[in-house]
Amino acid sequence: MADKRVTEDEIVAEMRDGMTIGIGGWGSRRKPMSVVRAILRSPVKDLTVVAWGGPDVGLLCAAGKVKKVVYAFVSLDTIPLEPHFRAARQSGTIEAMELDEGMFYWGLYAAGLRLPFLPNRAGLGSDVMRVNPGIKTIRSPYEDGEELVAVPALNLDLAVVHMNRADRRGNGQFLGPDPYFDDLFLMAAKRRFLSCERIVETEDFLKEGSFHTLKINRMMVDGVVEAPNGAHFTACAPDYGRDEAFQSRYAKAAASPEKWAEFKSAYLEGDEADYQKAVRAS
Amino acid sequence: MIACAEIYRGDGEILANPTVGSIPFIGARLARATFEPDLLLTDGESMLVAGMMPVGVAAAKKVIEGWLPYRMSFDQVVWPGRRHVVMGASQVSRYGDTNIAAIGPWERPTAQLLGARGAPGNTVNHATSYWIPNHSVRVFVAEVDFVSGLGPARASRLGGSLPGHNDIRQVITNLCVIDFESPGCAARLRSLHPGVTVEEVIQKTGFPLFIPNDLGQTRAPTEDELRLIRDVIDPTGTRLREVPE
Repeated sequence: MADKRVTEDEIVAEMRDGMTIGIGGWGSRRKPMSVVRAILRSPVKDLTVVAWGGPDVGLLCAAGKVKKVVYAFVSLDTIPLEPHFRAARQSGTIEAMELDEGMFYWGLYAAGLRLPFLPNRAGLGSDVMRVNPGIKTIRSPYEDGEELVAVPALNLDLAVVHMNRADRRGNGQFLGPDPYFDDLFLMAAKRRFLSCERIVETEDFLKEGSFHTLKINRMMVDGVVEAPNGAHFTACAPDYGRDEAFQSRYAKAAASPEKWAEFKSAYLEGDEADYQKAVRAS
Repeated sequence: MIACAEIYRGDGEILANPTVGSIPFIGARLARATFEPDLLLTDGESMLVAGMMPVGVAAAKKVIEGWLPYRMSFDQVVWPGRRHVVMGASQVSRYGDTNIAAIGPWERPTAQLLGARGAPGNTVNHATSYWIPNHSVRVFVAEVDFVSGLGPARASRLGGSLPGHNDIRQVITNLCVIDFESPGCAARLRSLHPGVTVEEVIQKTGFPLFIPNDLGQTRAPTEDELRLIRDVIDPTGTRLREVPE
């Protein structure tokens, strides 16, 4: 019976420069931030990041790890515009692939199903098609003959998502109100990783949530890391809410290179244990 | 406020889905509490809630009647066309195209905004209205910098299935209500809010508006509606922080 426990650094050690990485969660909610922080500590660079963008995207942009972002939005929820992502876009330091949300969903799904594309109406006639000249339309082969967007598969080299609970074999459990698209990220990727608030015994899953919460099974997962408070400062209901004060500090660090250096030296230069200690002390 | 409720008149059993501001949320709740009792509403996250859920009251009792996590909203609501969304927009053009993505050239924007979000899909799938709390020439522009939401003129020009699926209802601002029910689907002044003049609207709109001869006033709330808004739906007065009464 496989024990798939790994560390954040072991996950990041599988990343190569230029890889396409999917990050689960949504906006500033249930993001695998401890793994994102491990990427910041590593030499890996030129990543293409595919995400329902939140501070994962912002942090990686600020740290110069990003070549390209694939997104439908990037937001901190309570702070609607992600300042670090904005700075990167406005200074032209990153490439962008901007999609409609439905196209983003369909692209991940197509990748998981091993299809080259899935047809959809979303995107037609909008500037999403203008700024993505590589995305084609396709005509229905049936009598209706409708023209649709052939949403291309968003194939990922590696994906990481954060769960409330997991077992050491890689089964994952979400306990909050929304599973988001985490299963699709895992299905779309060649290498698939979970971080979780707590690793539990398999027989204990149903003590905290019904079987409906077991959306990620171990066929979809290559490695699992226990990362208590690992989604900090994003929301991880019901274990904890978003750390709004910290998020605000993070957002304000985008104001200047000096502010960013200050934030970085306070929180991001040590390992995950140092980070959690600095957060507790702040 | 009343305009933000009136947009749902006749919508029946669909998701009334304000996504921005406070007044659109109050409007949707008012519509359900009065003339559109079958509307569905979310708690702003993943639950469908029945009964009256006041805005701005964190401890309000929530009667959950259904579960609508993000992905299911595409499967069950957006793509099947069972929704009337109220979005914000940083730019609205004369022909109803809207922009929430970026200001300036998309390749390197002068101001990166949210991103296209679901606007391209919304505007080719279901009813869409907009809430603009700051009617100005910066918002109402001749052409948007990035078309994230399609207007009816564009949909009609592109043809195919788009004209049948694009359903832009109204743009409600702090001054007036605009729709596109005019020749060529150009912006038409539908009604003025009480106390607002046509001149003020023209001055704050960056393109010529079609102004009908029989231009009316936005309906004022009834006594019952006022009582509902003040005592039940918005007891803490979130509406006053958005647009002064």
